[in-house]
Amino acid sequence: MANALYAGRRARNGLWAAFCYAATAFGLAWLALILGALLWKGVGGLSIDVFTKMTAPPGVRGGLLNSIVGSLIQTAIGLALAAPIGVLAGTYLAEYGRHTRLATVIRFINDILLSAPSIVIGLFVYQFCVVPFGHFSGLAGGVALAVIATPIIVRTTEDMLGLVPNTLREAASALGMPRSLVIRNVAYRAVMSGLVTGVLLAIARMTGETAPLIFTALGNSLFNADVTQPMSSLPLIIYEFARSPYAEQQKLAWTGALIVTAAVLTLSILARLLAAPKRGR
Amino acid sequence: MTFAAALVVLALLLGVAISLFLGAWPAFREFGLGFFISDAWSPPREKFGAAAAIYGTLLTAVIAMLIGVPVGLGIAVFLTELCPPALRRPIGVAIELLAGIPSIIYGIWGVYYFRPFMQDYLQPALIHSLGNIPLIGVLFEGPPLGYGLLTAGLVLAVMILPFVTAISRDVFETVPPVLKEAAYGVGATTFEVVGNIVLPYTRVGVIGGIMLALGRALGETMAVTFVIGNAPHINASILAQGTTISAMIANSFADADPGLFTASLLALGFILFIITFIVLAAARLMLARLETKGAR
Repeated sequence: MANALYAGRRARNGLWAAFCYAATAFGLAWLALILGALLWKGVGGLSIDVFTKMTAPPGVRGGLLNSIVGSLIQTAIGLALAAPIGVLAGTYLAEYGRHTRLATVIRFINDILLSAPSIVIGLFVYQFCVVPFGHFSGLAGGVALAVIATPIIVRTTEDMLGLVPNTLREAASALGMPRSLVIRNVAYRAVMSGLVTGVLLAIARMTGETAPLIFTALGNSLFNADVTQPMSSLPLIIYEFARSPYAEQQKLAWTGALIVTAAVLTLSILARLLAAPKRGR
Repeated sequence: MTFAAALVVLALLLGVAISLFLGAWPAFREFGLGFFISDAWSPPREKFGAAAAIYGTLLTAVIAMLIGVPVGLGIAVFLTELCPPALRRPIGVAIELLAGIPSIIYGIWGVYYFRPFMQDYLQPALIHSLGNIPLIGVLFEGPPLGYGLLTAGLVLAVMILPFVTAISRDVFETVPPVLKEAAYGVGATTFEVVGNIVLPYTRVGVIGGIMLALGRALGETMAVTFVIGNAPHINASILAQGTTISAMIANSFADADPGLFTASLLALGFILFIITFIVLAAARLMLARLETKGAR
């Protein structure tokens, strides 16, 4: 009797353990399948042309230069807007308004924005930056990316500043430093690598974002560095070429996908390495 | 200055809500409540209804949750209870990388590799086995096209899995070791410990994490657009082609002429915003409750 009970419990335990092992294998298999497909399909298309030629109509050998430049410009705009706003807002939440009611509300709103559907953000920026000017533009694309990046930077900034020991702040204040100097010279300096981590994660997220660019930057098959005009970007060109019936364009889509994924994963691994020693202490 | 920046965050959310509502107003005024229950979607006749898109959004999210949640939890249990310590970090990072892959990559991968697999293997198998059973057979009817609601739901399942895993793992780690050790001490097996100690202790946090994943599944755009088929119809079969709110917007916004068509798409966006807002707000409130508990 007791033995049967024992065996039953062991069997159930074994079954569940098997499920957990299988689930982990399942998750890792997907990662391997996706990365494998990217390498398999993408590496073959890598050539100097990809980085030096424009996207071309079917039949003409083209590259991705205008898309790569477009991605860089829009990400730069996004970062230029999101980094200052994000770091300052995060500072408010962690330093000045730490226990106020308003900070609780803003923290909550920020968390919602953090996981809000990016397509909704895109529609908002369309209403806000495209409709008033009457046409799509790279600037609108950059603004859309900024809206997506800001909550990420706010969150990491606040989390990182929360790690600064209060004794450090007290020591600085005791020396007669005003609050703003305490924050700039003591708190920021103590968590600089953490702040950089947040910015890197935000860049990674912006690099892969597609949905909000469809109706803000629109895409452009010509080279364009004028931010008031429609602008191409890597995710947009992947979206377009992946559905193209021409093998040449499909190949470029995969090469673009490989470049985007490599950039995103490199950035997030870099961010993790920067953040890692902090956690170990 | 930091205060002003914090207010920008507040203004962003208000801006999203207000601008979408204003843009959507012509459609709401024209169709009234019928917008939510009509599945007509015909740009030439200027007839628009959100029912098909809402249906597809909810159905694909349900499929994604049914598969993504148990698997995600399984991985979290593996990482916290079963995994050799040396492998814990690499496997954890690998799963997090899965979350870092942009959704457009899931889209291109889904349409080139997963869709043919569905068409050639999984869908015919489902049609020939489950499709013949009365009652539930109707769920698996139709030709195996590869594109469809089920394909989209499965891709979404893989996309939300790392979110479920990451949050569950983090909340599992808040369980005081003393509790687990006590249970092990009286002879409980690993799974009696997980089922009777860890899950009850972290229930609120796990549900919060699941809601957060649900929010992702509801709003996901690019991956779904590639594999769902983009057909604005309601169909009983989960193998049929369909659409979701986000896929509909992504697919037709660039060609939409200003006026009722654009307004209807903005109305869809507004509905999606409200649905995800409610889900995400519930998720955050649950996670916040856990945080105050953990901070003791």
